Amino acid sequence: MIRFDGISKRFPDGTLAVDDFTITIPSRTTTVFVGSSGSGKTTLLRMVNRMVDPTSGSIHIDDDDISTLEPVALRRRIGYVMQNSGLLPHRTVVDNVATVPLLTGVSKREARAAALDLMDTVGLDRALADRYPSQLSGGQQQRVGVARGLAIDPNILLMDEPFGAVDPLVRSELQQELVRIQKDLAKTIVFVTHDIDEAFLLGDQVVILKTGGRIAQVGTPAEILANPADEFVDTFIGAERGRRALSIQTVNGKEVVVDGTGRLAGILRSPTPESGRSA
Amino acid sequence: MTWVLANLGQIWELTVAHVLLSIAPIVLGFLLAVPIGWFAYRFRVSRGLVLTVCGLLYTIPSLALIVAMPTILGTKILDPLNLIVTLTLYAIALMVRTATDAFDAVSTDVIQSSTAVGFGAWRRFWQVELPLAGPVLLAGLRVVSTSTVSLVTLGALVGMSGLGYLFTNGYQRNFPTEILTGIVGTVLIAVVFDILLVLIGRMLLPWARVDDAARRGAGTARVKAVAA
Amino acid sequence: MNLFGDAFRWILEPSHWTGPNGIPNRILEHLAYTGLTVLIATLIAVALGLYIGHTGRFRGIAVSVTGAMRALPTLGLLVYLAVLFGLGIQFALIPTIIVLVVLAIPPLLAGAYSGVQSVDGRTVDAARSMGMTEWQILWKVEVPLALPLILGGIRSAVLQVVATATVAAYISLGGLGRYIIDALPVRDYTTVLVGALLVTILALVLDGILILCQRLTVPAGVRAIRSSPGQRSTTKSASTVSTAA
Ligand SMILES: Nc1ncnc2c1ncn2[C@@H]1O[C@H](COP(=O)(O)OP(=O)(O)OP(=O)(O)O)[C@@H](O)[C@H]1O
Ligand SMILES: [Mg+2]
Repeated sequence: MIRFDGISKRFPDGTLAVDDFTITIPSRTTTVFVGSSGSGKTTLLRMVNRMVDPTSGSIHIDDDDISTLEPVALRRRIGYVMQNSGLLPHRTVVDNVATVPLLTGVSKREARAAALDLMDTVGLDRALADRYPSQLSGGQQQRVGVARGLAIDPNILLMDEPFGAVDPLVRSELQQELVRIQKDLAKTIVFVTHDIDEAFLLGDQVVILKTGGRIAQVGTPAEILANPADEFVDTFIGAERGRRALSIQTVNGKEVVVDGTGRLAGILRSPTPESGRSA
Repeated sequence: MTWVLANLGQIWELTVAHVLLSIAPIVLGFLLAVPIGWFAYRFRVSRGLVLTVCGLLYTIPSLALIVAMPTILGTKILDPLNLIVTLTLYAIALMVRTATDAFDAVSTDVIQSSTAVGFGAWRRFWQVELPLAGPVLLAGLRVVSTSTVSLVTLGALVGMSGLGYLFTNGYQRNFPTEILTGIVGTVLIAVVFDILLVLIGRMLLPWARVDDAARRGAGTARVKAVAA
Repeated sequence: MNLFGDAFRWILEPSHWTGPNGIPNRILEHLAYTGLTVLIATLIAVALGLYIGHTGRFRGIAVSVTGAMRALPTLGLLVYLAVLFGLGIQFALIPTIIVLVVLAIPPLLAGAYSGVQSVDGRTVDAARSMGMTEWQILWKVEVPLALPLILGGIRSAVLQVVATATVAAYISLGGLGRYIIDALPVRDYTTVLVGALLVTILALVLDGILILCQRLTVPAGVRAIRSSPGQRSTTKSASTVSTAA
């Protein structure tokens, strides 16, 4: 469990990136921070591994106040995956994955074997093990990034727009892969994105943020869709117009579902067709 | 200090000689290096060759080149031409690289759009490429200037005039004040040249923050500046 | 041009290959001054440069101080220190090494700090987020990636020192400068030319060796980046410093 308590962050240049942010992130589930650019998502995420220290407030991981923990040690038990994969360009794929285990004194052979296993986990061909990052596609690089994040078998995995820079097809592939991995591993994942679809797909808990890290709404995807807290959320999730504003029209006596732009989305089938029809 | 005051006349003469010996290589080197650099930038094939030759040229120790010059040029050993030709070659070697990089740094978009608007190659060079390459060229020229002023002192070893004379003479007389005067004078000339170049830059390139470009250019022209 | 022929004949003459004024001994002396200087200067400048590059502190000061150092005329500084020390011939080594170190520091410092600064900030950030200590970031990430530029600095420094060590002969030290300095007053231009040729050849050979080292130390992954077209700018800024030298 990660608990943010009245967290604020003002950068030295005066920017108030996060203003009084409080939330609890339950263990072994995925929490997604979603919001537009500059809403403070990255700042919040980087506070968890003390890459950024809050100006005020406290963060607890389980019962430890992280400000009392040594940053380097803390970071070594938290996985971190970032947008541009952040791989070390001068190390091969397998060495990149094994970086942190090697830092913590795991033997070279063990670390390498574990890294190869992780490549399987994230769906990377072992044949790529000795390539350099620059010789991989963007999607492959992100998979390496995820594998590296998992290398120390952390309880917590922080992911900052990990799929932001790949094309839509690869992105949805990677998303499915993450869903599968999470089903097996059940980590506490904090995931940052500005893509609401991605948030609803991956998140057990979704946190919609406005500028300054102010929470617009927290809930499961279903709760948010069913009850947008305000107009901002409404607009953000596109409930008013667009694909999510589904409505029923009757065509030739059958009910079809169309979206906000009038495009056909599907037909409506009630769980008990007979009663549905008669009602 | 008394020595300086007593010998002001001679110091001034040496300073003037030093300035004259410095100006020719700086100006000549710049004027020759810019077209060569442009050529290397424009025609990729020639690039490797030009840059390699310049690199090799710079590897030759300057004192070695100065003393070899009479053999190559058929001049007398005391002819100032030996020093001027040598330092011009160094200036070119230093400057061509910077010039190539400077033209490279001019964005292709700008060049293509100016071609599209109807600039011919000649006018495009004068009105687009050269001005935009200006800040980096200036930064390179500043390095060349500092290095040349310092290298002129080596001429004293082969009997040339200039402030370097105070070094050899002061050494023979075991007289540190004289040597120090030479050092201070040389640095002062270098500083004055540098200030002048910055001022000329401000005048010709009013849109560029000269200091900024120089800082960037100091990286580009990070070269063996005061090699002897 | 006949002088060149004379000079080569002089060099090939077996009697010039023995004794204290023989070519091997002069080359060894020359290399010794160069080696000692570059060693000392590297210890000082690379340490400082890595510090400046890693922390980003004092960069402005470093730029202006090295700029000023470059304006100092080497010959002047050399004879000034020699006269000031006034310790006699056997101590000429100290002012010589000081002057050559002063000469070698700017390119070394610039190579080291610009090398570290050229490392992609996101890579360093990722390394830090993984839990590398600052020391590990420096040695496992920044130094390997900066190595080509650091070596570029060493290469410039070596070339300058080899060239300039010639003037050490002026304050009665050995090295290849001896041939030039001794022969000039007696107008023995063949020997002057011999000195010039030998220094040039030595410089070219050393430069060749260093270029080779530089090639070999480009991290393999970085070499792969450079051959891919999207990354030209990285390649350029790196090669600028190294080949300019
Ligand atoms: N190191 C910093 N110094 C000053 N201001 C910063 C710094 N880092 C972030 N900010 C500012 O804090 C605010 C929040 O930034 P943050 O990176 O957390 O946003 P984000 O939600 O991650 O945005 P994006 O979706 O673009 O990644 C922005 O206004 C940003 O400019
Ligand atoms: Mg962000």
